[in-house]
Amino acid sequence: MNYLDNIIKPKQANQNTLVIFGSILILISFLDVVLLSVFDINLTGSSKGISFFLPLLLGFIGMYYIRFDHTNFPLINRFNKSLNIDWLNSIFTLLSIFVLLKFVPLILNWLIFDANFIGTAKEDCTGGGACWVFINVWLKRFVYGLYPDSETWRINLAFILLFVTIGASYLAKPKFKKYIILFLLFVFPFIGLSLISGDVGGLVYVETNVWGGLALTLIVSIFAIIFCFPIGVMLAMGRRSELPVVKYFSVGFIELWRGVPLITVLFMAANMFPLFLPEDVFLDKLIRCIIGIILFEAAYMAEVVRGGLQSLPKGQYEAAKSLGMGYWRMHLFVILPQALKIVIPGIANTFIALFKDTPLIFIVGLLELLGMIDLAKTNPKWLGFAAEGYVFAALVYFVFCYSMSRYSQKLEKRLSTER
Amino acid sequence: MIKSLKKFSIFLASVALLVGLQSEAFAAKKSRTLSKTIKQDHVKCGVSQGLPGFSNADAAGNWTGIDVDVCRAVAAAVLGDSGKVKFTPLTAKERFTALSSGEVDVLARNTTWTLSRDADLNLTFVGVNFYDGQGFMVRKSSGITSTNGFKNGISVCTNTGTTTELNMRDFFNSKKISYEPVAFEKADEVVQAYDAGRCDTYTTDKSGLAAQRTKMKNPDEHIVLPETISKEPLGPAVRHGDQVWEDIVRWSLFAMIEAEEYGITSANADSLKTSENPQIKRLVGSEGELGTLLGLGNDWSLNIIKQVGNYGESYKRNIADTGILPARGPNALWTNGGLLYVAPAR
Amino acid sequence: MNLKALKRLAPQLIAVFLIIAVIGYFWNNTRLNMEYLGMEFGYDFLSKAASFDIQFSLIDYDGSSPYFRAYLVGLLNTILVSVLGIIFATLIGLFIGVSRLSPNYLVSKLAEVYIEVFRNIPLLLQLFFWYFAVLRTLPLPENAISFGQSIFITIKGIYVPKFIWTNFNFFIISFILAIIVSFFIFSYAKKQRENYGKHFPAFWVSLGTIILFSGSGFLFGIVNLTFEYPEIYNLTETVFNYRGGVTIIPELLSLLFALSLYTSTFIAENVRAGILGVGKGQKEASSSLGLTPAQTLRLVVLPQALRIIIPPTTNQYLNLTKNSSLAAAIAYPDLVLVFAGTALNQTGRAIEIITITMGTYLTLSILISIFMNWYNKRIEIKEK
Repeated sequence: MNYLDNIIKPKQANQNTLVIFGSILILISFLDVVLLSVFDINLTGSSKGISFFLPLLLGFIGMYYIRFDHTNFPLINRFNKSLNIDWLNSIFTLLSIFVLLKFVPLILNWLIFDANFIGTAKEDCTGGGACWVFINVWLKRFVYGLYPDSETWRINLAFILLFVTIGASYLAKPKFKKYIILFLLFVFPFIGLSLISGDVGGLVYVETNVWGGLALTLIVSIFAIIFCFPIGVMLAMGRRSELPVVKYFSVGFIELWRGVPLITVLFMAANMFPLFLPEDVFLDKLIRCIIGIILFEAAYMAEVVRGGLQSLPKGQYEAAKSLGMGYWRMHLFVILPQALKIVIPGIANTFIALFKDTPLIFIVGLLELLGMIDLAKTNPKWLGFAAEGYVFAALVYFVFCYSMSRYSQKLEKRLSTER
Repeated sequence: MIKSLKKFSIFLASVALLVGLQSEAFAAKKSRTLSKTIKQDHVKCGVSQGLPGFSNADAAGNWTGIDVDVCRAVAAAVLGDSGKVKFTPLTAKERFTALSSGEVDVLARNTTWTLSRDADLNLTFVGVNFYDGQGFMVRKSSGITSTNGFKNGISVCTNTGTTTELNMRDFFNSKKISYEPVAFEKADEVVQAYDAGRCDTYTTDKSGLAAQRTKMKNPDEHIVLPETISKEPLGPAVRHGDQVWEDIVRWSLFAMIEAEEYGITSANADSLKTSENPQIKRLVGSEGELGTLLGLGNDWSLNIIKQVGNYGESYKRNIADTGILPARGPNALWTNGGLLYVAPAR
Repeated sequence: MNLKALKRLAPQLIAVFLIIAVIGYFWNNTRLNMEYLGMEFGYDFLSKAASFDIQFSLIDYDGSSPYFRAYLVGLLNTILVSVLGIIFATLIGLFIGVSRLSPNYLVSKLAEVYIEVFRNIPLLLQLFFWYFAVLRTLPLPENAISFGQSIFITIKGIYVPKFIWTNFNFFIISFILAIIVSFFIFSYAKKQRENYGKHFPAFWVSLGTIILFSGSGFLFGIVNLTFEYPEIYNLTETVFNYRGGVTIIPELLSLLFALSLYTSTFIAENVRAGILGVGKGQKEASSSLGLTPAQTLRLVVLPQALRIIIPPTTNQYLNLTKNSSLAAAIAYPDLVLVFAGTALNQTGRAIEIITITMGTYLTLSILISIFMNWYNKRIEIKEK
């Protein structure tokens, strides 16, 4: 009786035995799942439908026995503290590990071990996994769209120029920093644009309808980001203006754009906008779509900036006014620098959202990254590689968005310590 | 204060000027589209997002197809260079809005000519460049060999915003068969959905079925059923209200067809300038003033034939040689028992 | 004084003039262009027969119904997917947000990975992934994955049993009655707790009431519930399909997956921020009062966290509703696909239809905002 009691209620006295016993149970349960999912060997002989149940039970009992406040094994202590806090947590832990053991090998096999990397045609993909040959062959198209091969150096040059300037703005002295940023905002876009579109300085004109791929995604995002920011700030200031006309116009404008889906805005920009223009005025479809995105995101930006403006104490406004500053000077030198600093995470999130919204231009027929993948996957010679294309695109978008959000978090931390 | 008032009045004046100029500009021109096209130096042409044989872009962005050739013909006639076309790929849903807003000036997107489109959508169809009819495609393994094999609960993949969607309803209603319509915006998505097994049958124009079959994993596993459930005269369309432009597009198409009738090809067009036949001479521009009547140069049709070819060449290049529909069928000349019969260019 | 008033007035006048000039400019162009094209403006087309069929509709609809009814079908489908999406996104978001704060290292890490992955990939891409890559791997009807021979998963959709009620009204009335009664039970329990400090198991008692009330109909044989199971049948000798039951079309499923997984990541972050925003002292105080961890979470932490969670979550609900318009990219017949798609194409009334569509989304957004603001007000701290 006493013995049984010991087993059901773990006692400190039998700690070592119980811990070893428990660990073995846990190991068996893991081993069973691993063998089942990786090698397809069924250790516990449980039927397929409940193949997780028995290991789960074993693991649960095992974890029950090793749950001591303090044991002689540091590893077990760590395990208890982070993964085996109570019975509910032990189930969560087991389930998480089982799910990982079940799916990670499958995913890795598809992604890497059974995948084909080298080749030039569909026939080179013989493994059961992903066919990265598809990405390999189409990579140039995915990056540059239908832009003529002989001219792609212009896109490269524009982006290299961009990165060099951004890099320079980091390294430069604060005195020059201002000018570099002004250059980046007001001069560079036009240099980049004329470089890519051509028709100046002996460069061949490249129509916007062959622009595409990742390059187009970036062009659209960069332009939209550069222009939606000042418009957003103006709208936010307008919404807080004391002049009723300005205020209500800003409110109406912001709420209108925030209330409608981007896809209808883009449809209007792409297919209906020429109807609103006089017959001899022509705006390129790409530019119209970018304007649509700018106005749409500016409304979101305005709300973010408004949050910053609202959070500033009234004293700031009063102090600036008592110094005899006018409305614009007050905002430019006192209010905005502080308000914008507060809402940097919000601004970064709006930029990320904007970047993630760019694939929508594919729906109105502009072939950005997702559009190029769609074009490639419906090519008769390359049917059936939708998953590879999407995984590739997902990876690209993830890298951009994740690094942007990480950077904004770092920026936020740095600025908050400065205050 | 005075400064801002001054600014204000300048602004006022400029707005007034702008509005004034506008209305004048609208009144002065005979053909807005023609003068705009000449000014921009390209024809703005709306095409499909990829339908082999009609309008399809290769990996380098070069467009080919019989619809594409209509646009090229217009460019050759108006601008003297068949390469001066700006193609805008449009979904079925976007096409009419894009045409009426002026986003494109010619819509050559395998579009069916119907009364409601002609009258209600403010379009004008200038002619027919392909006679077609709606059909169904099924998997061979299904064992269906005719539309009589359709049963209640069949799922049908098709495109949104097409006559297909309407005909399909008429067809299934008249046969009293309940069906599940799965309508996609992009043609490629329809093909993929059907190919994956989402639908039991795929319906669109028969030429479209033949063309899209080349985009399937195993084209041989699918068959097109023999029945044709509708008339689908496909042709290029322009906006209402610009008769000059309408005439240009119409006669560009007609010139291609008539050139075939008289055996004028891109290869022999120049040498036929001295032909005995006055009709041939008119078409190659060595007699008469037909181009001037359209507001174009007299070499308009010669440019079309030399740069694009006649209808037969276009058909052979785009539809027959690509294996989509080797036989001309109803799209043969009337002299060969087909339906192609156009008004004479004289 | 005069100068000051002028200084206030002048920029406003300029603004008014500017706005009018811009609107007037576009208006004038549009008018001239439409006149030139012979286009008319008007909403009379709404009463004409639509003459196209829609895959999936919550109300009676066939092709002979007017365009207005097609609009309603699209609108209801949009609302359906938005409401379901909001529910799922909230549940998943709550779960992930709480997991993110779990002391369990593995659970919190997995939640973090989930958030980062699904948040940083564009929604459209996720939608395509679910629809064109994942759901396309489902089997054909003859090889359906089935659960207990009543739920079947195939590439053509998921088939579930349909409820067939007799005297459904009796059931629903007794159910509503039970809800009303349990409402009183809860207020009684509240009174007991606040006035006498007694704990009354309101939840269990009201659950019992609901079961008793709604079960009474079955007990006395007034209400009866049977199921109509989907059954497989031959479309042709080799092609199979299911009939009967309720079909959940794959288009709806993938849209739901994409919308709720994507939005849940944002909600999870809001939940996390909300719970972190509740002071540690609150939790310690409540546990020192002898409340269990579950009670602490339910009675102390969540009510306070909700105030932080709700405003940003409202924005996510709005986004989800607007994002449901991506349905047009796959074939789910929502407002954009049916009305701003097929109907627009058949009538050519681009301006009218796009205005109606935008106006509808705007109204939906405003309604959601009003509701959430009302709810937010309700749960605000009431000073006594």
